Amino acid sequence: MSSKQGDVMDQAYQKDSSMPLDTMAEKKKVRKGLFALESIAVLFAIIFFGIPFYFVIINSMKDSAAAAELSLAWPETFQFLANYKEVLMLNDGIVIRAFINSSIITVSSITVIILICSMAGFILSRRQGMAKRLNYVILVGLMIPPTIVPTIWVLQNLGLFKTFPGIISLESALHFSFACLLYTAFVATIPRELDEAALMDGCGPINLFFKIIFPLLKPVTSTVIVLSSIQIYNDFENMLYFFPGAENATVQLTLYNFTGIYGTSYHLLFADVILISIPPLVLFIFFNKKIVDGMTAGAVKG
Amino acid sequence: MNSSTRNMYPLAFLIPAALVYCTFFLFPTSMAFFYSMTWWTLDDWEFIWFENFIQFFQEPSLRIGFRNTLIYAFTTMGGKVVLGLILAVFLCSKIRNKDFLRSIVFFPALLSTIAVGFTFSAMMHPTNGVINKTLALVGIDGPNWLGDAKIALLSVAMTDIWKGVGIATVIFIAGIMAIPTHYYEALKIDGGNAIQSFFHITLPLSRPALNTVVILALIGGLRTFDLVWAMTGGGPGFSTDLLASIVYKQYASGFFGLATAGNVLLFLFVGLIAFPIFKLLNRKEVDL
Repeated sequence: MSSKQGDVMDQAYQKDSSMPLDTMAEKKKVRKGLFALESIAVLFAIIFFGIPFYFVIINSMKDSAAAAELSLAWPETFQFLANYKEVLMLNDGIVIRAFINSSIITVSSITVIILICSMAGFILSRRQGMAKRLNYVILVGLMIPPTIVPTIWVLQNLGLFKTFPGIISLESALHFSFACLLYTAFVATIPRELDEAALMDGCGPINLFFKIIFPLLKPVTSTVIVLSSIQIYNDFENMLYFFPGAENATVQLTLYNFTGIYGTSYHLLFADVILISIPPLVLFIFFNKKIVDGMTAGAVKG
Repeated sequence: MNSSTRNMYPLAFLIPAALVYCTFFLFPTSMAFFYSMTWWTLDDWEFIWFENFIQFFQEPSLRIGFRNTLIYAFTTMGGKVVLGLILAVFLCSKIRNKDFLRSIVFFPALLSTIAVGFTFSAMMHPTNGVINKTLALVGIDGPNWLGDAKIALLSVAMTDIWKGVGIATVIFIAGIMAIPTHYYEALKIDGGNAIQSFFHITLPLSRPALNTVVILALIGGLRTFDLVWAMTGGGPGFSTDLLASIVYKQYASGFFGLATAGNVLLFLFVGLIAFPIFKLLNRKEVDL
């Protein structure tokens, strides 16, 4: 589904740029206008989207007093290494521990999500009647936020509150609807004849799914990996509600170490902002197209 | 479907997903309806009917959440739709640096909301902040963005728009790119101009994209918690308290029944607003 959409987009680009213009004069005029428009656009993009980034980066390299001025000025003394080292060393490396915790939660949740959602998506796509009956039950998960106290109550009764298995199960439950709908839609594009051929060859349902269907689901699996990992890594709300405790630090909560009633250490805060933004940046550089395709899936057909 | 194909798709494959989804989402969500009518301490509960809901509507510090959430959700949705559409039309035109511009607009969507919130609160600082210093250069005395109860909510909403407009833009771009180019060619032959092409082709035919953006932005806005929490913590006073932040505050102060009632009201709110709009948008869809 997503790669098809990409092709359509590419074709549209090409068609668009090869459209002939009537006369040379008109061409020149249009070009001049476009150039002005482009310059303005780039300028606006730099002002509105570039300045916040520049602001954070530059202030993460200043000393405490200079960063507290919150200005865009070039730093007089660079404290690049010192600031970042201080952030990483704070409280016996709580930021490093947070990175480890967040990685454990993200990787485990995604593994669970992929496994349970691909299996569910396969069955729901092949058994249309079932899918129709469950449609609203699944859609509810996309719309409604989790309840705080009843969820804590369930986790506590299962002995999972403030534990890794607890937060991992919860993140999996909260990402189920989105991933399941993506898988269900994609399985529909795999011909049923494949299942029948496998059946003829004496393949059972478990072999059929894990050896034949699951490898074919790779495009969706990679979309789910990229999108869910960004969401779970950036999750602040659920970590705050369901994974509290000093030793349970996760990356988003580490930012609160640098703000407080005695004032904010802006140089360290911004250094931490940069540190925790590195993983999404790396994903963005490598999977730009995948992320955009995943987020726009369904936009064309509604 | 004969019995052998039925055996190929065993319902047992649904069990792991059903177990996780029901235990950790559906079950607590349905229990919320019961516990919202109790005085609750996790160990013990006492049934008090609708008292929590009545309290929610009576106390001004709780009631304000409905108004703020509505304003917030519709402001951010409007901003994302309008700006996203303008940016998308622009990025679909024949300009260079298209990919660069699209990336720079989209990237904030991947950043941590808390990090963005802290950064913008620093930039919106009343005296030292970058925004007010820039405004001072042209002689404007900038307001206290987050400290003035009248505009604090809008300042948070603007930050949300900054962060979320990239998603709206890429969705609109996908929608616009799916419009067959022969419509534009036909319009050109008939002598139509750019404005006509926008209102008669681009806008009606990117309807599915518009629906997606409206629904995503509305639902996201109605359940927002983290941005408000990072930027203002609900203040000054209760002027930026949204339903989700009120629920959290009640939970943190130990009013579990009241917090759960707030959660139930939040679902009903999301359902009552998002669902009719979803139906309405889908009905008006243009057939090709």
